[in-house]
Amino acid sequence: MKHLLSIGDLTRDSALDLLDEADRFKAALLGREVRKLPTLRGRTVMTVFFENSTRTRASFEVAGKWMSADVINVSASTSSVRKGESLRDTAATLHAIGADALIVRHPSSGAPRQVARWTAEMAPDGVAPAVINAGDGTHEHPTQALLDALTLRDRLGGFEGRRVGIVGDIVHSRVARSNALLLTMLGAEVVLIAPPTLMPLGADGWGVTVAHDLDSELPGLDAVMMLRVQAERMRGGFFPSAREYAIRYGLNETRRRMLPEQAVILHPGPMLRGMEIGYSVADSPQAAPLQQVANGVHVRMAVLFRLLVGEQADA
Amino acid sequence: MTTVLITGTRPYGEGDPVDVLIEDGVITRIVPAGTLEATPDAAGDGPGAEVIEAAGTVLLPGFVDMHTHLREPGREDAETVRSGSAAAARGGYTAVFAMANTDPVADTAVVTDHVYAQGRTVGLVDVHPVGAVTKGLAGAELAEMGVMAASTASVRLFSDDGHCVADPLIMRRALEYARGLDVLIAQHAEEPRLTEGAVAHEGPTAARLGLAGWPRAAEESIVIRDALLARDAGARVHICHASTAGTVELIRWAKGQGIDITAEVTPHHLMLDDARLETYDGIFRVNPPLREASDAEALRAALAEGVVDCVATDHAPHAAQDKCCEFSQARPGMLGLETALGVVAQTMVGPGLLDWRGVAAVMSERPARITGLPDHGRPIGVGETANLTVVDPDSAWTVRGAELASIADNTPYEELTLPARVRATLLRGRVTCVDGKVRAH
Repeated sequence: MKHLLSIGDLTRDSALDLLDEADRFKAALLGREVRKLPTLRGRTVMTVFFENSTRTRASFEVAGKWMSADVINVSASTSSVRKGESLRDTAATLHAIGADALIVRHPSSGAPRQVARWTAEMAPDGVAPAVINAGDGTHEHPTQALLDALTLRDRLGGFEGRRVGIVGDIVHSRVARSNALLLTMLGAEVVLIAPPTLMPLGADGWGVTVAHDLDSELPGLDAVMMLRVQAERMRGGFFPSAREYAIRYGLNETRRRMLPEQAVILHPGPMLRGMEIGYSVADSPQAAPLQQVANGVHVRMAVLFRLLVGEQADA
Repeated sequence: MTTVLITGTRPYGEGDPVDVLIEDGVITRIVPAGTLEATPDAAGDGPGAEVIEAAGTVLLPGFVDMHTHLREPGREDAETVRSGSAAAARGGYTAVFAMANTDPVADTAVVTDHVYAQGRTVGLVDVHPVGAVTKGLAGAELAEMGVMAASTASVRLFSDDGHCVADPLIMRRALEYARGLDVLIAQHAEEPRLTEGAVAHEGPTAARLGLAGWPRAAEESIVIRDALLARDAGARVHICHASTAGTVELIRWAKGQGIDITAEVTPHHLMLDDARLETYDGIFRVNPPLREASDAEALRAALAEGVVDCVATDHAPHAAQDKCCEFSQARPGMLGLETALGVVAQTMVGPGLLDWRGVAAVMSERPARITGLPDHGRPIGVGETANLTVVDPDSAWTVRGAELASIADNTPYEELTLPARVRATLLRGRVTCVDGKVRAH
């Protein structure tokens, strides 16, 4: 694996291998007062975020630092991008500086894939940085899907025969795309639940079930993944009001009780409490948002390790 | 007297080879091959006669492109009238219509006359400026169509291409006014409210790639609306770059109703589909977007059947920085003039959907008739103006953007091998291009 641009870059085995690797990192760090491994010493990892983010960037940064990588954060808001530099030139510059890995978040779908292609073209010797997609437009967010999968495996023990509902703003959600790909690859059943306005055209061809009525689906779910409503990407009224959305698709206390007792509640955050998810539901024992965040660091350590050190080495 | 002798060619690829003698811009003799000795004397003009040895070639009327972007004035870093004319000559074109979305916009006779004059100066192809329908392409007020029609450039075609005349009342007025001038309105059919933020065809591919979708209905709703407006106005309307199977059916219906509607299809919509977007390469961003394979198939069938009247390139040069960027930021458009024939040959002639006479119809005769050009798209016969294209049907060439005559190199066919290269192009009997070499005026 040279890059992680899409869940489609993974096989079932390589995805499970990453989850196992993340578990090994978790175990290696457990109980340590100083959480520092020498694994990536001398490697330079750059986070290049063209879009604001706190949790994803911090998660990658911590992952890199816990493995002793030199982590440099490049923020588009303070970089030459603001002066009009092209994405290609920015990629060239970071490549020339000597990054071993570029962790790219970008509002345009496909931008990390383009960065990977351009930096490869710039490296006739074949030594180009590994590129990790940290969220691109409405396309994918593969490490989020991996950390969600790790959390589900922790809680449910596995994926075969499990039914996972992904609820809400699916059309704008890179999290939903990556999760639908990964969870079906791992053997889970996925049902996408949203009003038709928030459902991508052709989603029924993704190997998932498409549904519009949340209440009828809840009793049959082993996990429910609530999505953030991405108002900033919406043009032209995808639903009548926040109130109606909450009434029809919000995971309130009544709906929580419709879930099986052991069902897991996920949310990629940031959560809109009261709209997407009830205040108390988000803090219920079934809810796993903080476990997702913690697993995020271990998953990102696993990804960086596999990309920068390779398949042959052990953590 | 200028004299050119084309030897051994076959008009429309039919019959036995002939020699075609052209004197002072007019075809004067068409005789069995070998009848005329390829000598200055046989050409009847003494020294100075030029011979194009063209055994195995097909002779066609020079191509006419209803839809070219030459970028001058305003974006001469992407294309100029000179470079675009060279591309046209190499592509077998003898007349092109230069769209109005320049900077400044061609919404006054000052701009259209400038473009026209530049075309005359270059002299490689007849450059007919297209006038804007509305001032500044803003869709709010009619541009001075009458003044442009009466100007030196004698503008016959009006379009806000790049933008849709979306306001139904403005479009109605434009059609009514155009009828009074006997000029044609060409519509870029795109309901803008349905395409806000859209960068790709709305379908499974765009949904999977996370690209905002441009629905078919955005085109089709304008096509049917404008057909009805043209019916009521008693006017002619032309649909630019038809891209969906639904548009084909609407045009078929409208023609069946007796509505005076015509339509064009681009070479890239005949050949390419949205599967090309997998790499997010901005080269493949175009407006309307590359649709699904089933749409391309419907467009090929419609062109063969005549429901879609003609091929137009929508030649849209862009500077490298406007294409080598995020897909959502890339300017829409592709080069088309030099590759159009090869794409039509591959998609239409190869599979047997069109013969060479059919190619002449869709690339020359119909666009010339729709736009009212008297000397283009004429039959190949004695006494006709020698606007001609000599095509080698058995040739193959590999497209390389850097080697094209355009200043820009945004071709979607990079490294693709296409059939049927143009051997020579003649504009009023003067050779403008032979074997890829453009003849300076």
